[in-house]
Amino acid sequence: MYTQGLDQRSDTAPTGDDAERLAAFRQRIDAEEKIEPKDWMPVEYRRTLIRQISQHAHSEIVGMLPEGNWITRAPTLKRKAILIAKVQDEAGHGLYLYGAAETLGVSRDELVEQLLNGRAKYSSIFNYPTLTWADIGAIGWLVDGAAIMNQLPLCRCSYGPYARAMVRICKEESFHQRQGFEIMLTLCRGSPEQKRMAQGALDRWWWPALMMFGPNDTDSKHTAQSMAWKIKRFTNDELRQKFVDVTVPQADFLGIKVPDPDLRWNAESGHYVFGSIDWNEFHEVLKGNGPCNRERLQARRSAHENGAWVREAAAAYAEKHPARRAAA
Amino acid sequence: MSQQQWPLFEIFIRSKSGLSHRHVGSLHAADAAMAIDHARDLYTRRGEGISIWAVESKSIVASDPAESASLFEPAADKIYRHPTFYDVPEGVDNL
Repeated sequence: MYTQGLDQRSDTAPTGDDAERLAAFRQRIDAEEKIEPKDWMPVEYRRTLIRQISQHAHSEIVGMLPEGNWITRAPTLKRKAILIAKVQDEAGHGLYLYGAAETLGVSRDELVEQLLNGRAKYSSIFNYPTLTWADIGAIGWLVDGAAIMNQLPLCRCSYGPYARAMVRICKEESFHQRQGFEIMLTLCRGSPEQKRMAQGALDRWWWPALMMFGPNDTDSKHTAQSMAWKIKRFTNDELRQKFVDVTVPQADFLGIKVPDPDLRWNAESGHYVFGSIDWNEFHEVLKGNGPCNRERLQARRSAHENGAWVREAAAAYAEKHPARRAAA
Repeated sequence: MSQQQWPLFEIFIRSKSGLSHRHVGSLHAADAAMAIDHARDLYTRRGEGISIWAVESKSIVASDPAESASLFEPAADKIYRHPTFYDVPEGVDNL
């Protein structure tokens, strides 16, 4: 999921692009034409996309960790098989996205390096722990639900390879969200203790899920530019509102309570009104001070280092057997 | 943490017999056989294909988008290549 990256710092204003090409580019964007890898594009457009797509890819990869935590402890074989499939999808999403980022002229190694050395960001949500099985339900239902809300408009992003990757991803996310809701529903229809577990997960994940949409529009510096470039189609607050509007009735159906004393339905506007987000917590987590930031990066680093011999062996084998080809 | 980067492959999938292979994306692999294995896992997890082509990206020769106006210009003024260019009088069928 996870497009928060869009709102975190951009380095410089566009410079050095000649005005004529810039005008032609703008015209193509305004005409809803897709931009493809070898087309001319402004330096800052390319930079924004590399940052956003790679942060999105990193989020998919780090996103495997909180869920991977429960694979060996899933309550049934069916749940375990489903969870493995979901985590495998997240790896796939990461790879589609790294592939899209690479079309902009950045190498995979560079991107992985940026994640491992802590320079690149990933979605803040994955720095929260999965304490109970219900958290796996809440992640699918809320985190993937928020992801879908964020990602659907990205299928119409002006950059072709990103838009195409998002189409594949969105098709697959829908299973993720439904399996999460089903876990919640099963718990909510179970014993009082199981229902309490579901409530606890909603309490823990609700606010971090709302933070996934990024800062309020008034504090989001890059939204205007990204919307003009048609990378982004809706503002953070618009998407967050949509998410709240569709999710609260689902919580009602489950019979659990959204942990927001200010939450109420406004019949006049046709939207829910909700309380204010603790942005201090959000910024702390982004800065690296969330409950699991260090653990997540450490897990990625050891996976990378412990897998080095596999990559080296495969490369050595490929070199030794240059004629090795798959049957045509 | 430097490493030798595995080559990039472009992946094409035939979704069912009777249709042509279609580009779906790219991936890194140490060699061609691994590219097929990875493509299976990456692009056909939900039965999207019955056949995979993997082509090393560096082998692909592409036209230059900056030249596309002149490259495709010759087709623009040959509207007589389209059947709609021709008037068919009322009463003439099967044409």
